[in-house]
Amino acid sequence: MISYFFKRVLGSIPTLFLLCVFLFFLLRLAPGGPFDGERAFPPEVMAQIQKNYGLDQPLLKQFWVWFQHLLMGDLGESFQYLGRSVSEILGDAMGPSFQLGIVSIFISLLIGIPLGVLSAWKQGTWMDSSAMFFAVAGISLPSYLIASLLVLIFSIQLGWLPAALWEGPESFVLPVITLSLRPIAIIARLVRSSVLDVLASDFIRTAHAKGLPTWKILFKHALKNSLIPVITVLGPIAASLVTGSFLVEMIFQIPGLGKHFVTAVLNRDYPLVMGIALFYGVFLVFANLFSDLLCALADPRIRLEKGAESS
Amino acid sequence: MTRFQKFKKHRFAYYSLIFLAFITILAIAAPWVTFHEYDAQNISEKLMTPNSSHWFGTDSLGRDLYSRVIYGARMSLAVGIMTALLSLTVGTVIGSWAGYREGWVDRVLMHIVDMFCIFPSILIAILLTVFVGRGFLGILLALVLTSWVTQARLVRNQVLQQKSLSYVESARAMGVRGPRLIFSHILPNIVGPILVSLTFQIPTSIMSESFLSFIGLGLEPPHSSWGTLASEGFRAMRSYPHLILFPGIVLFITLLAFNYLGDGLRDLFDPHGKRDFSS
Repeated sequence: MISYFFKRVLGSIPTLFLLCVFLFFLLRLAPGGPFDGERAFPPEVMAQIQKNYGLDQPLLKQFWVWFQHLLMGDLGESFQYLGRSVSEILGDAMGPSFQLGIVSIFISLLIGIPLGVLSAWKQGTWMDSSAMFFAVAGISLPSYLIASLLVLIFSIQLGWLPAALWEGPESFVLPVITLSLRPIAIIARLVRSSVLDVLASDFIRTAHAKGLPTWKILFKHALKNSLIPVITVLGPIAASLVTGSFLVEMIFQIPGLGKHFVTAVLNRDYPLVMGIALFYGVFLVFANLFSDLLCALADPRIRLEKGAESS
Repeated sequence: MTRFQKFKKHRFAYYSLIFLAFITILAIAAPWVTFHEYDAQNISEKLMTPNSSHWFGTDSLGRDLYSRVIYGARMSLAVGIMTALLSLTVGTVIGSWAGYREGWVDRVLMHIVDMFCIFPSILIAILLTVFVGRGFLGILLALVLTSWVTQARLVRNQVLQQKSLSYVESARAMGVRGPRLIFSHILPNIVGPILVSLTFQIPTSIMSESFLSFIGLGLEPPHSSWGTLASEGFRAMRSYPHLILFPGIVLFITLLAFNYLGDGLRDLFDPHGKRDFSS
C-alpha cells in the first residue's frame, strides 16, 4: 500500500506539470496585463515595471524561471497585493475554504446517506419519490440560486442570519447549506441505487430469515456493503466542492481561495493564479488518492493496482 | 411494448420532454410570443413588479423581464445544446480513435483527460473565456474545450468494451478495419449511452454558462441568457426579488427537466450506466 501511494504520487507529477504548462501559457497569451489600469502609465514607466517583474522576457524563459522558483518552494509575489508572497496569501485563504469544505462534506454524508437508505428501503412509496425529487432538484439548482433564495428568506425576510462576511459561527450556516445541497443529492442517489443492489442479494435474505430487525439489516448489513460507491465518489465531490466554493465565497464575501482565484484571474495576477491553481491540483490529486485508498481499506476485494489502471 | 410506450411510463421524463419541447418552441418563436422588445428601455416603467402588461415585471432600465427571459432561453438553450453536440462530436471521434488504436494515442489522451479531471472544469473555462473573449462564440468554445473530455472518456471505455465482443471479431475477420469498423459497426451499438450522456451534458453546459455569466464573464449586454438575468437580478435582490425569481425558476425547471429526461432515457437505453459527476 505504501509503494502504491508513492507510485500514485509520482504518477501524478506529469499530469500536474501538464496542467501548469497549459495554465501558464493560457494565462499569458490572454489579452490584458496585470498593470492595465484605468489610466495608462507612460511607456517608459510601463517598460520599467515590466522589467522589474521579468515580464519583458520571452515567455518560455519566464516559465522556466517560474518553474525553477517553484522547485525551490517559492511561488513568487502577488502583483495585486504588493509585498505579499503567494504562499502567504494561500496560507490565509486556506482556512475559511477548508473549514467550509470539511463542514460541508460532513453534513452531506450525514444527510445524504440516511436519505439514500430511506428511499431504498421505502422504494416506490411517496417517501422514495420525494427524496429522489429532492435529489434531482439538488443537482439542478445552480448554487447562486440556492444562495439567493436562502439570503432572501433567512437574512432579508426573517433577519436570522448574516447575508455575507465571515464573522463567527452564524456566518457558516448559509454557505454550508448552499455548498452541501449538491453533494447531498449525489450521495443520496448513489446510496439508494447501491443499497437496492445489496438488498436483492442472498445474505440479506438470510438475515431476514434469521429474524433480524429491519433497521439492523439496513444499517448493519446493507449499508456497510453499499458504502464503496460513496467512498469512490468522495474525490470528485471534493472537486465539485472546490468549484462550488468559489461562487459561494463570492456571494457570501468569504475571503477564501475561490474568491481569490476569480479576482486574481480578472486582475491578471499571474503568480497568484498559478499558485492557487497548483494548490487545487495537488489537493485534488491527494483527495482522489485518499478516496481510492479508503476504498481498498473498506473492501479487501478491491485491488489497488488494477483499480488504478481501469479507472 | 415499444420503446416509446416504455418511455411514457416514466411519467416525469415524459412530462419533462413535453416541457422542454414547449420552452424550445417559445424560444424559437420569441418575436411572436413576446409583446415588448427585449432590449427596449423605458425609464418611466423601471423596476415594476409583475402586472398585466409586464408579466414578470421590468428591470432597472425598464426592460420587460418576460421578453428577456424568453429571449434568454434562446441563448441558454443554444449554448447548452450546441456545446453538448460539439463536445459529443469531438469526444466521440477522439475517444473512439483512442479506444480503437490503444497504445500511445490512448496514453496521451488519458493524460489529457486526467488533467481535466483533477482540475475543476469551470475554472479552466474561466481562464478560457478570458483568453478567447466574451460573447456567444467565446463561451461556446470555452465550454466545448472543457467538456469534450467527459464524452471522450465515455466513448473510449465503451469502445474498449465492445472490441472484445464477438461481432467485432467477426467484422474484423471479414476484413473491416479502421474508421469503417468504428463508425458502422461499433458506434451504432453504443448509441444508447452516448445519447444519455448527451442529455446530461446539456444541463451541465447551461449551468456552466450561467456560472460564467454570474461572475461577469458571460454575454455582453443587451443580449441576455438566464445566467446574465439571474446575475442582474442577484444585484437587485434586496429590493426587487422578482428580478431573480423569474429567471431563476425558469432556469431551475429547465435543468430539472433535462435531468429527469436523462434519467428516463438511461433507464431505457443504458440500465446499468452510472452518471459521471466528476465534471
